[in-house]
Amino acid sequence: MTTFMDPTSERSPENLQPLPRPTDLTGKTVGLLDISKPRGDIFINRLEDLLIQKGINTKRYKKPTFTRVAPLELKQQIAEECDVVIESLAD
Amino acid sequence: MSFVVVVKEECATCQLVVPVIEHLLSTSNIEIYCQDNPDFPPEMPVVNDTELAYSWRMNIETVPTLIRFDQTGVEQDRIVGWDKTEWRRIVEEAIDVELPDFDLPGFRPGCGSRTQDPGMPSILAAKYDREKLQSRALTIAEQEDEMEACFDRGWSDGLPVVPPTPERVMRMLTGTHRASDEIVGVVPPDLIECTIEKIAINAVLAGCKPEYLPVVITAVEAALQDEFCMHGLLATTYFSGPMIIVNGPMSRAIGMNSKGNVLGQGNRANATIGRALQLVIRNVGGGKPGGVDRSVFGNPGKYTYCFAEDETNSCWESLAVEKGFADTASTVTLFAADGMQGIVDQKSRDPESLCRSFAAALRVVGHPKMVLAADAILVVSPEHERVYRLAGWSKQDVKDRLKALLMIEGSELIAGAGGIAEGLPAKFADAQLPKFREGGFNIVRAGGSAGMFSAIIAGWGASGSIGSVPVTREIK
Repeated sequence: MTTFMDPTSERSPENLQPLPRPTDLTGKTVGLLDISKPRGDIFINRLEDLLIQKGINTKRYKKPTFTRVAPLELKQQIAEECDVVIESLAD
Repeated sequence: MSFVVVVKEECATCQLVVPVIEHLLSTSNIEIYCQDNPDFPPEMPVVNDTELAYSWRMNIETVPTLIRFDQTGVEQDRIVGWDKTEWRRIVEEAIDVELPDFDLPGFRPGCGSRTQDPGMPSILAAKYDREKLQSRALTIAEQEDEMEACFDRGWSDGLPVVPPTPERVMRMLTGTHRASDEIVGVVPPDLIECTIEKIAINAVLAGCKPEYLPVVITAVEAALQDEFCMHGLLATTYFSGPMIIVNGPMSRAIGMNSKGNVLGQGNRANATIGRALQLVIRNVGGGKPGGVDRSVFGNPGKYTYCFAEDETNSCWESLAVEKGFADTASTVTLFAADGMQGIVDQKSRDPESLCRSFAAALRVVGHPKMVLAADAILVVSPEHERVYRLAGWSKQDVKDRLKALLMIEGSELIAGAGGIAEGLPAKFADAQLPKFREGGFNIVRAGGSAGMFSAIIAGWGASGSIGSVPVTREIK
């Protein structure tokens, strides 16, 4: 019988279920997160225009750089201030 | 007060000291451990240590070894081989009885303990020190092929790996003085704390020798520095992956290649050190192609990308010295690297002409209109370096000239220029911009002695504070 030492982290990923999608954005605050990729702002601006036309509250956020995960403080701020967040990925 | 003596029958010096052991048996409290025959010395009460458990625990390197303990069992003294004066001293101090002469010579060296037989230390470490390993031990069924078992568990980069048996892992760990449970950093993307032991297991998979382990550990540490941005480098759609440049005496001590075919195959240290880093990212961090690794193309260096700078007879300071390390220090430099682009210039004999060749080739890194984005490393061959050596140009002189040659008119860089939609916003039309950010362009000397070629290793399009900065660390 052969024994191997496990080269992995020995963790099995936890399967997180996404929160249920809201059926209606009325009265909710939508966070718009720009990850700082070039032209992400164009996409976010357009989305914001469309949301405002529908009378929905928006708040803008920006990651310092797209190459790193969002800072914890930013994630906490978005969670505290918004009901929904839309993250843009562009190039 | 008591004694222990460890012997093996095969050892002539052990045979020689049998009368002394017999005398001690009758005059004091002595335990005899024999490594190869439980009936040696004959007609004495011998503890069978043919499994070497006691010898390993007591760190016996030579037989005979005589150890003196105090009443509480704490070791007080130890001598190896036969040295009449020393044996007398240790015995007479302990039991106040004069040791007879036995008509023995004054000195005979001992023999190697069986614990030191070739390959034995790692076997014994795996057998008796297994509790030091924290990783899960997986049992492979007899019907399973060992190589296929590693593929099946997802541990491979696509090529066969060396099965990580406890013996191999323990042997790998002899390559470092650092504790196996020391944490060297947090590996993306799963943000897992990485121990020396996990690095050692992956170094086994990669095919490393134990003597490479300090380089691998330092490479992992460097890759996990925040400024290297390993998470983004893994996740990017870009071509890049981590590349390792090794400087200093250790690169030569472990036989790394810095000369012919330096960026190619065929050298075990180059091949396996780079591979070990990638396997740590894959297995410990969970970073796999199609998962968080979103690269469009990748590059062949994502199997392994590691080489040494050729510092012998160079007229230039090494990369490590440029970064502020002593030339006696051994370092690794991590660079977020794409594949390699060759430069052929067989006619330039003056430094200005050669710099112009280099500048023209460097201009196209990423895209001819891309500036202040990707870093680059220029690997200059000895024959190209000779052009600068004969002209008395330092590495800094070359860098300064290339910097000047790579100041580019904004009118050539803006979107639409040259009929190419790609490019900078029109507001830069009147600016003059450098190709590389400050500190983003480096030179190393390596490669075969014949051939007026050099090589550009372009970097990730995200450099500096928004992406990756090359990281140099000393190997300790």
